[in-house]
Amino acid sequence: MPEHRGRPRRPMIEIRSVTRSYGAFKALDEANLSIDEGEFFSLLGPSGCGKTTLLRMIAGFDTPTTGSIAVDGQPMDGIPANRRPTNMVFQSYAIFPHLNVEQNVAYGLKRLKLERGEEKRRVEEALAQVSLTGLGKRGATELSGGQRQRVALARALVMRPKVLLLDEPLSALDKKLREQMQVELRRLQQAVGITFVLVTHDQYEALGMSDRIAVMFGGRIAQVASPKEIYQWPVNRQVADFLGGMNFVNAEIVEEDEASLTLDTLGFGRIKADRPASFERNGANGEKATLGIRPERLRVLWDDETSAFQVAGTVVERHYFGEITHLVVEIPGLEKPLSVTETNDFGADDIPVGATIRLAYDPEALVAMAD
Amino acid sequence: MSTATSSPRQNRRRLLPAGGWLSVYAALYVAFLYVPVLFLPIFSVNTAATPKFPLSGFTWKWYEGLPHTPELLNAAWNSLIVGLSASVLSTVLGILAARAITRYRFPGRRPINGLIMAPLVLPEIIIAISMLLVILQLGLSLSLFTVVLGHVLVCIPYSMTVLTSGFEGFDRSLEEASADLGESAFGTFRRVTLPMVTPAIISSLLVSFTISLDEFIIAFFLTGTEATLPIYIWGQLRFAAKLPGVLALGTLLLVASFILLSVAEVLRRRAARRTQSEGGPYA
Repeated sequence: MPEHRGRPRRPMIEIRSVTRSYGAFKALDEANLSIDEGEFFSLLGPSGCGKTTLLRMIAGFDTPTTGSIAVDGQPMDGIPANRRPTNMVFQSYAIFPHLNVEQNVAYGLKRLKLERGEEKRRVEEALAQVSLTGLGKRGATELSGGQRQRVALARALVMRPKVLLLDEPLSALDKKLREQMQVELRRLQQAVGITFVLVTHDQYEALGMSDRIAVMFGGRIAQVASPKEIYQWPVNRQVADFLGGMNFVNAEIVEEDEASLTLDTLGFGRIKADRPASFERNGANGEKATLGIRPERLRVLWDDETSAFQVAGTVVERHYFGEITHLVVEIPGLEKPLSVTETNDFGADDIPVGATIRLAYDPEALVAMAD
Repeated sequence: MSTATSSPRQNRRRLLPAGGWLSVYAALYVAFLYVPVLFLPIFSVNTAATPKFPLSGFTWKWYEGLPHTPELLNAAWNSLIVGLSASVLSTVLGILAARAITRYRFPGRRPINGLIMAPLVLPEIIIAISMLLVILQLGLSLSLFTVVLGHVLVCIPYSMTVLTSGFEGFDRSLEEASADLGESAFGTFRRVTLPMVTPAIISSLLVSFTISLDEFIIAFFLTGTEATLPIYIWGQLRFAAKLPGVLALGTLLLVASFILLSVAEVLRRRAARRTQSEGGPYA
């Protein structure tokens, strides 16, 4: 369950059976979602999955074909972007090039006709929040990518929106800056307490920053849960795959009750796994299921080490990545070899290709999926 | 953006001999282009009525005589009217076309762009004669108005060139960002769109005005009894005694064109820089 830092849950954004079609193509298909006040929520998925369409409909740049969106209890139907309590950080940042940093940040405030001193104070405050104090007079074209992103953030935050929408805000930055900005964005969100809705295709970004994530494919929301749940208990192969490497093993359902599933596999033998709440038998193929295990949850057994849960196989490939080694291990009976990631502190990088090794697994780490 | 310049090519370019025949050729080329133009101002301040060396003395009298020639003032006034009308019209039409070409993807976009730019390479005399035929067929009488029509046709390609380079890369999300920050559609146009494209618009006005001011062939065919400046100059060339005055007038036109085009180019570059420095690596 998502942690809410002791605050009672109060929905800030409610999306009720929203569909957006372009002719016969459905960019978004019957989306239902409730995002809480003060939550850092991510829409995660590959390009074309409808995440940006959904974000733009919350902002008011696009209109649902059917369904409705409410922000803070107010239905947004027919309300244009300039009268919504949301602000957006654009993927391109959309910094006004003919204005300097200060004028960019003050852009939205001008409409509010604040007292001169008050406007200045709020601009200063916003610049301080994004660590740009002192750069107010800098021209928009003289900024680095990271600085432009901060200006875009300040310009939106200064409006004190109820919801801040972020469209792939880190995708234009290089890796190091991106990782730094992830930490800063998370910190900023916790400091201001505003609901953040982030669109991203980068699973690490979503996992690292969010309270909850909605994973989307082909216009549909596949799963909504906390980062840990999504990573450990994906509802299907697609979600599991998108969130990182996962070994899939075909299985047959032998027994099923409320809490557990008993599955027969060729490589792992008979396994009793937790039955996920979302588990539903696949209609046409009722007795079939998939068993998943993440590569880092498989552990190489050394010499005389044993485990109650182990499989043996042959190393067919070895890839060295500095702090970790990636092994590909063929297990008799499995149609696809297993991927194993081991940290290099025990010498996994010295295991030769062709060696026979044993792998231990924690039955808790096995996840049963319907397809 | 094409950054396809390969490094071997750059090396070869750097290895070209700095002196030798190439510089002689370059010097001759520049002299051939610009020395005749230099004669214009030189003879326009010469006391002798015939343009030949050696120069006989310095005088401003040919310039002083210009404001006392009613036909000349008349022609200048006509040119001003035609130039202003043609530049405003071609800029307005250019804005519409350039915005469509740069903002939207529609079938026939490239051929349409090609057709708009075509007058740039068509022989002007062909355009002039065809327009004359059409205008006479329509039963319109020749006047400054028909000259304006002709000039708009030849000015639009120049307007388009300047305006598309100003509009290209105009990030649509700038207008969305403005709306997102609470600004109305009109406010967005006033505070974002207009300031960003103003330099390109002014540049387009200046370029079209200059083109129209200097244009001879179309004006020659399409004007009725009212002469524009180039037509007036053409008429004066028949009288040897009037030549120094023509040279003085020509010098003024030259200076005016040079200044207008320089300002236009500076503005065009500023507009292009403004819009194109935006966008970041993703664009």
